[in-house]
Amino acid sequence: MTATDSYVTPDGRTIGGVMMEMKNITLRFGGVVAIKDISFDIREGEIRAIIGPNGAGKSSMLNVINGFYHPQEGEVWFRGEKRPSMKPYQIAAQGIARTFQNIALFHGMTTVENVMTGRQLMMKKNFLWQMLRVGPAMAEEVVHRRRCEEIIDFLEIQHIRKEPVGNLPYGLQKRVELARALAMEPKLLLLDEPMAGMNVEEKEDMSRFILDVNDQYGTTIALIEHDMSVVMDLADRVVVLDYGKMLADGTPDEVQKNQAVIDAYLGVEH
Amino acid sequence: MFYREAGQYNTTYEKDMQVFPIKQDKIGIAIWLVLAYLFVPFFGIPGLEYGFAMNAIMIPVLIFTITTIGLNILVGFTGQISLGTGAFMGVGAYACYKLTSYFPDVNIIVLILASGFVSAIVGALFGLPSLRIKGFYLVVATLAAQFFLEWCFIRVGWLYNYNASGAIEVPQREVFGWIVTGPSAEPVTRYLVVLSILIFLAIIAGNLTRGRIGRSWMMIRDMDIAAELIGVRPLTAKLSAFAVSSYFIGVSGALMVFMWLGAAEVESFDVNHSFLYLFMVILGGLGSITGSFMGAAFIWTFPIVLKELGKSWFGINATVMENVSLVAIGVMIVVILIAEPHGMARLWQIIKQKLRIWPFPH
Ligand SMILES: Nc1ncnc2c1ncn2[C@@H]1O[C@H](COP(=O)(O)OP(=O)(O)O)[C@@H](O)[C@H]1O
Ligand SMILES: [Mg+2]
Repeated sequence: MTATDSYVTPDGRTIGGVMMEMKNITLRFGGVVAIKDISFDIREGEIRAIIGPNGAGKSSMLNVINGFYHPQEGEVWFRGEKRPSMKPYQIAAQGIARTFQNIALFHGMTTVENVMTGRQLMMKKNFLWQMLRVGPAMAEEVVHRRRCEEIIDFLEIQHIRKEPVGNLPYGLQKRVELARALAMEPKLLLLDEPMAGMNVEEKEDMSRFILDVNDQYGTTIALIEHDMSVVMDLADRVVVLDYGKMLADGTPDEVQKNQAVIDAYLGVEH
Repeated sequence: MFYREAGQYNTTYEKDMQVFPIKQDKIGIAIWLVLAYLFVPFFGIPGLEYGFAMNAIMIPVLIFTITTIGLNILVGFTGQISLGTGAFMGVGAYACYKLTSYFPDVNIIVLILASGFVSAIVGALFGLPSLRIKGFYLVVATLAAQFFLEWCFIRVGWLYNYNASGAIEVPQREVFGWIVTGPSAEPVTRYLVVLSILIFLAIIAGNLTRGRIGRSWMMIRDMDIAAELIGVRPLTAKLSAFAVSSYFIGVSGALMVFMWLGAAEVESFDVNHSFLYLFMVILGGLGSITGSFMGAAFIWTFPIVLKELGKSWFGINATVMENVSLVAIGVMIVVILIAEPHGMARLWQIIKQKLRIWPFPH
């Protein structure tokens, strides 16, 4: 299979060519090597999982993808072009959104306001119009508000629309964070442990939302997750990291049978 | 019974996004406007001498409300801190003074609104360090701005047209035949000008804070890293907050001298005043425009009321009461900071919440 081939998954979804390619990425923090010479790709429309024990470099990898960390070595290719060094807000403008391992919501704002922040880059009306907040400025606000309300309905968080997010329970905060990322209408959505700290029911809900997002909006998703059963259910392909090194890369079945993975990760505690 | 939103559903997002979506709030605002425009100009504050009510209470409170809204944009909405407010008011005042001497024929209200742009530029300039430093270090940087500007107000003779007194004195100006500045301007005229400018600016502040730009400020305040990853440029967000905030503060400084004091020296813009305005923001409520009205009114009138009560009820002299009120305000600030960072605005909301379900406790 080459970079431009597409294929159809067993459940009937079409996976396109390579969207994002990480080539020989090495990331160091002083003496600590967080990521060591790792290469993998993410294809259009797929759900790609990154797994590995704590400290394996998973979050660091997402931070490289969305431009928060700059690797010392290696190249990032996005949609067939080598990506120059960019600021995070420029990468956001390219259509990459994410959620965070430790929720990073805007705590002084309500759910709706948080979701509206995802539309920031799409709102164009200038300062003068913002001051007046009539006509085109109001129309713009309404258009984006409507879209945000759709996302809020989609994730079933209507009941907390006007709540300040700081007061919400953990599981709902995770969901609001997903809503905010979705409001950016990203091409590539990065989810850092979206189900950490959730109970079984909440995990099931979140899994369903992730599948629905991928299915309905065609969003490519890269997610980090510890729960192996969840990963096996959701992911098309899995990258396994271990202390900055790549252990395996393949379908969930392949990865599960990989002896190195069994030894390092699955066999031992996770 | 009185304050209810039951049965009031917002059928469109436009309606839902109004400043005061609830009918009772709209009535409240209407009453406020009627009092401000029709009652106070004729009767002042009942029980008080008219000139005193205007000059010692109404006019300064309205002017400081503009200051407080401006500072709140920076501190409450954007999470930056400044101890340079006094000096930025000075920039507005001196700018307005220079403008009146260069353009004696231009409408004074236009000049007052224009002088805000000078302080906006100066404010954005002194906001530059905020791109690198936060918290305590930013406080120190703004304090440095405060002292540097104070030094300018004294040393740069050009600013006060080389007056022997070192003070700026407000010339007489008319607008449509009404004298609005100078010693012969009637309190009621000055009051109405200040009131109208306040309402105009408060609407602008309300609009800005509820839209894209206001959200970018609050994003920076709540979590600057996430803000950047979502597409907010910290440079644009922070500097625009400094500029807009300083615009409001500059206009309020020009108003303070031209519509209230009549003349001013550097003391009117010193760091003690910077603290006073910060107290108004904190007590009124961080990140609330309504709170800014309450904070300014409360901090300004509280010592006056206390002084009056001390004298007439207990025969305590004014200086003692002044110290008592300082201590009391200090205690209130501490309590607010610990117990209710959203200040009087939040307390007001809680009261409204209670009224909403009254007389049933749950
Ligand atoms: N900002 C940072 N500064 C220093 N070290 C870091 C930083 N971010 C991550 N690391 C280090 O990189 C390694 C990988 O961390 P991380 O990517 O968070 O792992 P994971 O998400 O797989 O648990 C860890 O050893 C961690 O201490
Ligand atoms: Mg992690």
